Amino acid sequence: MKFLCVDCDKQMSFEERQLPGDGTLAATFKCPKCGRVVAMLTNPMETQLVSSLGVEIGGRTVPAQPLETVRKMVSTGREDAFDDGASGVGRGALWSSEATERLSRVPSFVRGMVKRIYADYAKERGIAEITPAVMDTARAELGLEGM
Amino acid sequence: MPPIRTYHELTEADRSGLPEQIGAQRKRVAERLAGVGRVIAVMSGKGGVGKSYVTAHLARALARSGRAVGVLDADLNGPTIPRLLEIEHAPRPTSPSGIEPATGQDGVRCISMAMLIEDGAPLAFKGPTAESFVWRGAMEAAALRELLGDVAWGTLDTLLLDLPPGMQRYVELCDILGAPPAVLTVTIPTPESRDAVRRAMRAAVERGSKLLGIIENMVGGQFAGAAGDDLAKEFGIAVLARIPWHPTPDTWSALGACL
Repeated sequence: MKFLCVDCDKQMSFEERQLPGDGTLAATFKCPKCGRVVAMLTNPMETQLVSSLGVEIGGRTVPAQPLETVRKMVSTGREDAFDDGASGVGRGALWSSEATERLSRVPSFVRGMVKRIYADYAKERGIAEITPAVMDTARAELGLEGM
Repeated sequence: MPPIRTYHELTEADRSGLPEQIGAQRKRVAERLAGVGRVIAVMSGKGGVGKSYVTAHLARALARSGRAVGVLDADLNGPTIPRLLEIEHAPRPTSPSGIEPATGQDGVRCISMAMLIEDGAPLAFKGPTAESFVWRGAMEAAALRELLGDVAWGTLDTLLLDLPPGMQRYVELCDILGAPPAVLTVTIPTPESRDAVRRAMRAAVERGSKLLGIIENMVGGQFAGAAGDDLAKEFGIAVLARIPWHPTPDTWSALGACL
């Protein structure tokens, strides 16, 4: 799918993606010539179709994790299906009690993967303790809406 | 209004890079399977003919003969391969480079949805329930792609893919692999099976798959007919094995020697 600014005959470029959390998706595109911005809104079924392709609108900010779609999208997955080697809390960074509590609310099937993403984020930036604030920042920077 | 340029005429770089993301997925599968000597799809087009049973015992026979063998249980909704390979559930070791396959009897490497979903639970996906048929097939294809591309198969002589009944998974497989896999066909002797399997074999031929041969299963019991011979004659290939109701290890070894 592409967007064309008809007046300028220019392909519009991706600007921003938003996931409101109700299964819908909003993506904005901007004309590089006149600056006009349009938003594409998808219904839950269309959003699901995009998810099933294993692609990220706006581009990937983190590499695909092994069995990413299975982990994220299967609702009947085993809690102990994967040994992600992340049982040691933080994998280098400490987790505050608030961050640990927040992590516990992540569905168990993907918790290991989410934990690793935050831990890797902290490690790469030399962050000693993972707090909710760090998680918010990582989520915004890495495009991890919903995690 | 002036003529609007077509999709393909818009060639400016796009930050989403969706075609590049799809390309990366295919590259990942290709790289993962670079160490696999051959990929063989075991298919039928007919349910209940013993595809999984044949796949598992063929894999074990090949492994006993010294070959490195893997089995991907592509029957995502009715996975049975782990039980046939006598694999107990255990969490799959994971690293950024992939998931380790399980190892079954005789050293056969295996991945199956049975290892990833709860015992007795159906394969269910998160998402809108209304008209889920629109996206469910795509989700299953994505799962199949990940089982091919994200499992650290290592070096294998043969990777057997146990397909479910019907043709959908075979078509998905062709798209994911980028080339049609070789096909091993399983039937039982009955004319009903022959007619269903014929359709699957024709679809495989039309897609360009090499037909390796036919395995006629459940021979010698109450299933009367000559499906194996009929299909062999029609498609110009061999019946590689006729599996009796109570096969012995020699039965499987003989089949393995044909491949």
